[in-house]
Amino acid sequence: MKSKTLKSKSDRIIEAVMVGIVSLTVLAVLYPLYYVLIASFSNPYDVYAGKTFFWVSEFTLEGYQRVFREGAIVSGYLNSIFYTALGTVLTTALVLTTAYPLSRREMPGRTGIMLFYLITMYFTGGLIPTYLVVAKTGLLNSVWALILPGGVSVFNVIVTRTYFETSIPKDLFEAAKIDGSGHLRTFVSMVLPLSRPIIAVMVVFAMVAFWNDWFTALIYMNSKDKYPLQLALRQILIQSEASANALSGMDGGYAEANRITELLKFSSMVVGAVPMLIFYPFVQKYFEKGLMVGAVKG
Amino acid sequence: MKEKKNRQVSGKIRKTLIQAGRSWQLYLLLMPGIVLTVIYKYIPMYGVQIAFRDYNPMQGFGGSPFVGMRWFVKFFTNYKSVEMIKNTMLLSLYSILWTFPIPIVLSLIMNQIKLERFKKVSQTILYAPHFVSIMIVCGMLRIFLSPYGGLITTLVRAAGGGNVTGLLDRPELFRTIYIASSVWQDTGWGMIIYMATLSGVDITYHEAAQVDGANIWQRILHIDLPELVPMIMIQLIMSFGDLMNVGFEKAFLLQTDLNKSTSEIIATYVYEQGMLKGMYSFSTAVGLFNTAVNIVLLILVNRISRKTADISFI
Repeated sequence: MKSKTLKSKSDRIIEAVMVGIVSLTVLAVLYPLYYVLIASFSNPYDVYAGKTFFWVSEFTLEGYQRVFREGAIVSGYLNSIFYTALGTVLTTALVLTTAYPLSRREMPGRTGIMLFYLITMYFTGGLIPTYLVVAKTGLLNSVWALILPGGVSVFNVIVTRTYFETSIPKDLFEAAKIDGSGHLRTFVSMVLPLSRPIIAVMVVFAMVAFWNDWFTALIYMNSKDKYPLQLALRQILIQSEASANALSGMDGGYAEANRITELLKFSSMVVGAVPMLIFYPFVQKYFEKGLMVGAVKG
Repeated sequence: MKEKKNRQVSGKIRKTLIQAGRSWQLYLLLMPGIVLTVIYKYIPMYGVQIAFRDYNPMQGFGGSPFVGMRWFVKFFTNYKSVEMIKNTMLLSLYSILWTFPIPIVLSLIMNQIKLERFKKVSQTILYAPHFVSIMIVCGMLRIFLSPYGGLITTLVRAAGGGNVTGLLDRPELFRTIYIASSVWQDTGWGMIIYMATLSGVDITYHEAAQVDGANIWQRILHIDLPELVPMIMIQLIMSFGDLMNVGFEKAFLLQTDLNKSTSEIIATYVYEQGMLKGMYSFSTAVGLFNTAVNIVLLILVNRISRKTADISFI
């Protein structure tokens, strides 16, 4: 920290300008999210009249009361929790069980199997042929359609394999072999416990992907009660539909229905975005690490 | 002599077989992934042939009547096809043009800030939009761009835009909206690898440069930037290799009847023709064209980068 004394006056000015630029960027990134948050507690007419730029106007919780009465949102929430939990466990297990054998140099056919996976990164059957196979295997309208067709994430396999190859000391494998431990036992009782950081990375990636996915569900799910949260949000946000349930018991007519629909948009966005926004700062170091391994090796 | 060689070869094979036998538990671990990949990746690849057939469910992928290039001809004789190809490429190119340099510049700036706490908090906040789903981002955009008091509409009006309405419905604004929101959503995320690379720069370089009287600006240009170049090259190559895979989801969710002349990209057309209209073979043909262009681009970019920068990713 002796560099402090060396700092020239012009450097100090430049540094102040830099802090200014970063601060403005941060504010610009944060503001839209803040705006949605305060709008969700405000009277929608005031929002449209531009009275909520900085603070809540006519505080109300009506939007949130409506959101939790909106059947699509509630069932979407429960579905998404279920899909995300199951999907995360299965896809992470697939990545780990695929990456470990591919990290063992003594396994014959290693290069061929790697090629088998790499091809799927660059060439795919495309939307319709995949859809037809999913339909043919009877997965339509079931949770499996959201998980199985995605198969093994090759990018994640490469990242994990690199971790196995570089972060676990070679001597340990030798020792395990001498002790007569088979590959399965080595994998389960030695490799996995030593790989907590990379497992955390994979879990984080998978959770975010499953929670935010909607397109797979749009193609493969045909009954609305199986829609994940993102598709329930689509009805409200993109298609501007509020269910009869939310609108029933009101006598304000069209204007009142419109008011509720607009309020519901803001509160449902908050309810939809909050879980991930609360979650990610806690796992920040994991995705930073995962991305770095991927960039160097990818 | 020959016999000896033969024996050597067969000895090698035997050795490999023994090694394979010892590895049976590894193959067992691989099984689930391989089975899923064969079923849901390779069988659809085999199914791509319906691009050259008139698919009908009773006869399946291989049995439907062969029609040659009919669907490709149909696509290329459609007056909209050129527009769609153009839309796909322009949206991609402009996206790279904007979303690529911004994280680099911001990382170089951020890296020079010595207030560790400020830096950490800023970074965390910049990541936030990446964790907001595309559905919600598009919902926000639709509300902000609404003619009835939407945030952006109001700001544009205040900035002297007159009584503008229906910003999202204007084809000439679609790319701007798409790209600006991508910059908002992914700048922080894009900075991660650059920040990590910069944190590895040897501090003594900076100290020596300071002793020699170099200011911050000179040090960024001559110390930090060169350190980033290899990473920048890798990232650039990867994004060009993905040129034709421009984000379907956002284009689809921001599409309105009125902005289609710029928002209709190949991927949205494939979805519309295949899933909504049920024209399986035609949709597959258009998708196959997209994949083919992408692979050609990928090979091209890979070749160029191998020659110029000695970086290869295939």
